[in-house]
Amino acid sequence: MTGLIVGIGVILVVVILFTIFRILRLINIARGSDKKQASSGNKANAYLMLGFLIVSAILLTWYSVDEFETYTVPVASIHGVEVDRIFWITMIVTGVVFVVTQILLFYFSYHYRYREDRKALYYPDNSRLEVVWTIIPAIVLSLLVFSGWKVWTDITAAAPEDAEEIEILGYQFAWTARYPGKDDQLGNFDYRLIDAENQWGMDFTDRSSFDDFSPLEIHIPKGKPVLFKIRARDVLHSVYIPEFRLKQDAVPGMPTRFWFVATKSTAEMREETGDPDFNYHIYCTEVCGRGHFSMRVRLVVDELEDYMAWKAEQQPWLQANPDYLAKVPHDLKEVAVISAGLDQLENNQAEKEN
Amino acid sequence: MATTQDQTYHEEGTLTHDMHEEEHHHGNFITTYIFSTDHKMISKQYLLTGIIWAFIGGLLSILFRLQLGFPEMDMTFLKPLLGKWITDTGTLDPNFYLALVTMHGTIMVFFVLTAGLSGTFSNFLIPLQIGARDMASPFLNMLSYWFFFLASVIMFASLFLESGPAAGGWVIYPPLSALPQAIPGSESGMTFWLVSMALFIASQLMAGINYITTVINMRTLGMSFSRLPLTIWALFLTAVIGLLSFPVLFAAALLLIFDRSFGTSFYLSEIYINGEALPNIGGSPILFQHLFWFLGHPEVYIVLLPALGITSEIIATNSRKPIFGYRAMVGSLLGITILSFVVWAHHMFVSGLNPFLGSIFMFLTLIIAVPSAVKVFNYLTTLWKGNIVFTPAMLFSIGLVSVFISGGITGIFLGNSAIDIQLHDTYFVVAHFHLVMGSASFFGLMAGVYHWFPKMFGRMMDKQLGYIHFWATFIGVYAVFFPMHYIGIDGFPRRYYSFSTFDSFNTFADLNMYISIAAIITFTAQAIFAFNFFYSMFRGRLAPANPWKSNTLEWTTPRHPGHGNWPGEIPSVYRWPYDYSKPHAKDDFIPQHIPFSETPESNLPHENNLIGIEQEGEETSKVDEPNAK
Ligand code: HEM
Ligand SMILES: [Cu+2]
Ligand SMILES: [Cu+2]
Repeated sequence: MTGLIVGIGVILVVVILFTIFRILRLINIARGSDKKQASSGNKANAYLMLGFLIVSAILLTWYSVDEFETYTVPVASIHGVEVDRIFWITMIVTGVVFVVTQILLFYFSYHYRYREDRKALYYPDNSRLEVVWTIIPAIVLSLLVFSGWKVWTDITAAAPEDAEEIEILGYQFAWTARYPGKDDQLGNFDYRLIDAENQWGMDFTDRSSFDDFSPLEIHIPKGKPVLFKIRARDVLHSVYIPEFRLKQDAVPGMPTRFWFVATKSTAEMREETGDPDFNYHIYCTEVCGRGHFSMRVRLVVDELEDYMAWKAEQQPWLQANPDYLAKVPHDLKEVAVISAGLDQLENNQAEKEN
Repeated sequence: MATTQDQTYHEEGTLTHDMHEEEHHHGNFITTYIFSTDHKMISKQYLLTGIIWAFIGGLLSILFRLQLGFPEMDMTFLKPLLGKWITDTGTLDPNFYLALVTMHGTIMVFFVLTAGLSGTFSNFLIPLQIGARDMASPFLNMLSYWFFFLASVIMFASLFLESGPAAGGWVIYPPLSALPQAIPGSESGMTFWLVSMALFIASQLMAGINYITTVINMRTLGMSFSRLPLTIWALFLTAVIGLLSFPVLFAAALLLIFDRSFGTSFYLSEIYINGEALPNIGGSPILFQHLFWFLGHPEVYIVLLPALGITSEIIATNSRKPIFGYRAMVGSLLGITILSFVVWAHHMFVSGLNPFLGSIFMFLTLIIAVPSAVKVFNYLTTLWKGNIVFTPAMLFSIGLVSVFISGGITGIFLGNSAIDIQLHDTYFVVAHFHLVMGSASFFGLMAGVYHWFPKMFGRMMDKQLGYIHFWATFIGVYAVFFPMHYIGIDGFPRRYYSFSTFDSFNTFADLNMYISIAAIITFTAQAIFAFNFFYSMFRGRLAPANPWKSNTLEWTTPRHPGHGNWPGEIPSVYRWPYDYSKPHAKDDFIPQHIPFSETPESNLPHENNLIGIEQEGEETSKVDEPNAK
């Protein structure tokens, strides 16, 4: 029933609009204004040009200033500050060009609207002018590019030796991390070794794997370089942490990397943003299927001491999954038991039983 | 030069004769309206198909804007249209959301703004503005349209597949697009997409070869390259770009087909999915990205250049002024054409590309901003001290310059690889390309339709409705796309089904709702255009011979040009197309076919010297053309 009413309403509106259109058209024809080169509509359009310029300038300024906090992301990494700096420099430089060109465009349109008594200026070219406005943008752009290039080479330079290495693995539709454990060496992997428990395809013929661990929540230290070694298991994903200005695709078959230094712990960020529930997250920014939009994991930035303490508490993966000892070659079994802390586990258990 | 010119002229002399006869025994319905080889009819076929696609593509975007603007909304009322893609609880299926985004992008970029824009205006304007009877190969031209039609049918059919249409984004990156187990859209939907695009590419190549040959070989007497209207320059260079880059997309698609169906590993390596390790080793998803963007970036200029050409023409005509810096305009078109091939990897800064390559592509990318800036300055100077007539076409052209500035500026951010780390794949990119490519090209398309409608259909479109349409659209696109910059600066990723699960990303619910409402209004306003277009086709005021007092050759044809365009001989050309408001001239325009000998009062000194040559040319052509009447 409502459908019918809406339908009739729509038809009615269309009919009315059509009638108005017909009437206006007849009036125009009677007036002969449709034959003139520029009818009264011309002036109206000229004023609209000016009006559009003014109204949109007000809206733009108001929103940009008033909502500044809403649309900017606090920055929490060393390179992020640099990125922001060139972002805002570019904003100012291009902003000036934007404002000037838009004003000229709408102002000229308004000011030079058709008048019967005037003739346009025959002004086909001016080589000097052309050269000037080819060279000036070229120079300005070169400066912008050059400053961007310096930041870019710093960001993409090799990670410092002492960086904390963490492997980030993306799969449909979650992120998981693997830490190197006490030996600071991530073990080898092979995608053919992946199964329901061993999500990374950790290779237990490599002794570095024995103490690797994978926490439920990703922790990183503040103030110390962190190197993400990024992998994908199935399709493309992209590691994205807005506050760090960090983004790097995860590519199946081709590990990628990104290193950075976090400058604000989670607690500090909570204070700065005034949001007690604030948390860093790794999001995904490369479309990867149905769950793409909800593919995220929490990331905690600790003070260095807290991080070390947390790290020391973590249980090697092999310790939680002793079945996988079977995959360890014979001569390495003993090493594996010790690295994974399985011996202590046995001792503890033995003690408890006594 | 002279000999080839004479030869074409000669052949066309006979052509005139044939055409003239044909006009007397009119073709039947099928040869006139369906399998027509007349470039004007083919152009209208492209236009009509493009308009239909534009409404379909727009409708898809409204559907996903509903989801983004009103995430809580009960969409049960869409069930009759979308069937099982609306779940029982009345929400949109996330897989189908991705399919909508993908099909929207594909349709808009390829079917509307490539085929609809180039297809319409290259076909329509090249022969008419260079003074030719038709395309170099009218048959190939017809074939090109029908390949496009077939591609359209297949793409359209894919919307109704059980597993849904392709859903990996319009860039169809593998492995997502290669593995049916990764997303339902990569089942038969992707196959349809690939087949359709293969046909589409074939269509574009046939069309492109035709455009290029026609422009090079079939210009009328006196129409040297330096006298070509900028529309033709732009359409010509667009065809060159397409011819060089589309085959690469074809290769990319072909290898993807192999990976999907024949077990090869071009793009696949070390994949574990759904509890199974795939045997593929050694392929590279990055390879696909390189191949894709080797077309993908030039493609954005394939979409843009025709629009720039169209506006150059329209702005000059309606400012009643010569285009400022004709040579610089041609030069920047050439610059863009060449540079467009060497910047593709700026879409891949964070893909795992070697950072050194990233630096190289950053430098190359920002060079391409220079010719774009030059074009803007030249448009502004053309308006300066003009005598501006606001036809709807002129409004859309001015609108184009505005959105081109807005969108071009953000390109400078994105081209800077360090800044792009943060902005890549966020709404900032969405804002950038919708303004600079989507809106600019769409405005070019609209400007072209309003401007050449009288030539296409012999009738005028309604001006007032055109004004309303323009202002609704112009305000609309800014209202929709400008706020996306803020959302992007705040880090919102694109292609997200919903932001409601993101606490830190949840600050823009209002703005998203507002964008969606603006989008719906803007889309609805296009009905005004549709009405105006179809109504005026049959009931519009009869068009005068030269409604905009324009200089180019198409306005020397009869109101309804027949097959062959000019009933008599093809006019010769004596001057460039931008003699508007020339000092001391009688009128404020002097068409290209008026010899200098007839305008002694306004000639510049060097033009007076051309009078002698002019007359010689005429004499040879008279001797050469036995059929001249
Ligand atoms: C001032 C010149 C321009 C520069 C420096 C520039 C730069 C860029 C860059 C670097 C990107 C990649 C952003 C990213 O994904 O992170 C991009 C995206 C894009 N640009 Fe531009 N651009 C310019 C002009 C244009 C023009 C004229 C067009 C079209 C006519 C265009 C269309 C696009 C499209 C469609 C995308 C997005 C593709 C996608 O990821 O889906 N750009 N632009
Ligand atoms: Cu994803
Ligand atoms: Cu590009």
